[in-house]
Amino acid sequence: MTLPAQQITPHALPDEAVTQALTGRNRRRARAARQGHRSAYWMVAPATLLLLLFLVVPVLLAFGLSFTNARLISPNPPRFVGGDNFVRAFTQDPTFLRSLVNTFIFAVVVVPVQSALALGMAVLVNRKLRGVTLFRIIYFIPVVTSIVVISVLWEFMYQRDGLINALLSRVSGGALEGADWLNDTRTALGAIIVLSIWQAVGFHMIIWLSGLQTIPEELYEAARMDGANGWQQFRSVTWPGLRSTMVFILVTITIQALGLFAQIDVMTQGGPLDTTTTLVYHAVQQGYRRQETGYGAAISLIFFVIVLVIALVQRWLTREKD
Amino acid sequence: MTTHRTSASRRLLSYLPMVLLAVFFLFPLVFMLVSSLKPDAQILSDIDSPQAFLPTGDISLANYAGVFERVPVARFLANSVLVTVLIVGLGLVVNSMAGFALSRLEWSGRKLVLILIIATLIVPFETIAIPLVYWVSKLPTIVFENGLPMYDFGWLNSYHVQIVPFIANAFSIFLFTQYFSTIPPSLDEAARIDGAGWFTIYRRIIVPLSGPAFATVAILTFLPAWNQYLWPLMVVQQEELRPVMVGVQYFFQINPAWGEVMAYTSLITLPVLVMFLAFQRAFVSSIASSGVKG
Repeated sequence: MTLPAQQITPHALPDEAVTQALTGRNRRRARAARQGHRSAYWMVAPATLLLLLFLVVPVLLAFGLSFTNARLISPNPPRFVGGDNFVRAFTQDPTFLRSLVNTFIFAVVVVPVQSALALGMAVLVNRKLRGVTLFRIIYFIPVVTSIVVISVLWEFMYQRDGLINALLSRVSGGALEGADWLNDTRTALGAIIVLSIWQAVGFHMIIWLSGLQTIPEELYEAARMDGANGWQQFRSVTWPGLRSTMVFILVTITIQALGLFAQIDVMTQGGPLDTTTTLVYHAVQQGYRRQETGYGAAISLIFFVIVLVIALVQRWLTREKD
Repeated sequence: MTTHRTSASRRLLSYLPMVLLAVFFLFPLVFMLVSSLKPDAQILSDIDSPQAFLPTGDISLANYAGVFERVPVARFLANSVLVTVLIVGLGLVVNSMAGFALSRLEWSGRKLVLILIIATLIVPFETIAIPLVYWVSKLPTIVFENGLPMYDFGWLNSYHVQIVPFIANAFSIFLFTQYFSTIPPSLDEAARIDGAGWFTIYRRIIVPLSGPAFATVAILTFLPAWNQYLWPLMVVQQEELRPVMVGVQYFFQINPAWGEVMAYTSLITLPVLVMFLAFQRAFVSSIASSGVKG
């Protein structure tokens, strides 16, 4: 569970103290500020240094290496190859193109379904009923469970003679047979979509819920006085009040969806016939398992550009409407 | 009488969707825990009956014993605990100090540093994973040969490669900065008049006042640290250094019985579930606050 936070903007921090300290009216304050200076550098240095080493340098390396033929273990130094890696990806690597398509299908299904489901659940557990907290906790349990564990579990459930097919045949009295979900090219990606939504939907339910709780109760009372029914209340009070929550949820779900990896690695290894391979899975296959760092970096960079474009588009869309 | 009955059935109706959803979210995990107690043959024979979700029949801890025999699971658990504790613990110190300097001290370049840190939030880990493996494989390290410290290169297959890159966290710094800037500045001024240095102010005034911020950051960094998969998969090949999640993959390679797989996954999930149920209020409010602050 990572928490991308594109919409978080730097908050203006008060800086009147600097000007105050430098007026010279109060020497002690000026000295205090200078000491603050030195302490500040010491206190910010460890985090900054670590971020430089393990975030900024790798980002720069992603750019640099993607134009080389670098290999993870190689006696030869990396050689500049220009745009060869990108040309190779788009013209000579059908698995890459397939991974691009799969990643998009996954995101296009997961983003609307998961966010709508999460909103429905949030509305459901936002009522004043006894024991409603218990239900929130239950829906949240898959979120704290590792996706690796969940993938193993669902792999067992999806087997031909697994739990899901057993349930299907029991419920239908033997009429429905079910499929070999993860080994069938028609169902594998869908099966992974279902378990991914199942795992993450509780997380977004909590975010919707905290958005719902910021809407003042008086607005609902006013709407009821005007004779609005449940659906009308939702449309004219709830939905407009959830605007900023919606942006956060759409951005986080999209980026999580694009980063799909663990489920694939545990359950299908990209198969059958590349129907579940994804951008990140392909990058790891090429860049790590086949040790072609340069090519893997190029795929990672393409992934990053897509994430960036989507984040910017979402920001722009929500700006316009404000 | 009639009104009473309608209200009762209406109440039942309002619980029904919640109960159905609860079943939907719980059944795979109940199935996992229950199956971990059954022999393989019984897991398969119970599968098309409600007994799949009930601890009935030949119940024992044999699968758990089997796991301990098959893989060094105690070692995997110890590795994960060590890595998680150090990432969370060191992260709290390093990121809160940075947050303090960024929110309560005036220095040139502060705003620039803050903007750069926030800008890094847009980089998903998946983008840098491949170049980062390449990068850490070139970093200098100290190895001990015959008890003597020696220089070497390459951070792969170590504990520090699992810990150090994840200590500093831009989102944690952001949360600390936000929280600290809500504490009244008059507290610092009073302490300075009493002759306290900035580090003392941080440690004696700000940290004790910021329990909720520390709890939030601890929870938000604990989960990904315990659940790490992609990174250790790439940088740790040595069996005795593996964390629990990579142990799963290893487990699959040796093709074990499903009962044992369920026992293994239960074993690595239960500590987190127990912790979550004990601190669920803090968990849920951490997640919520990470979302609405934007």
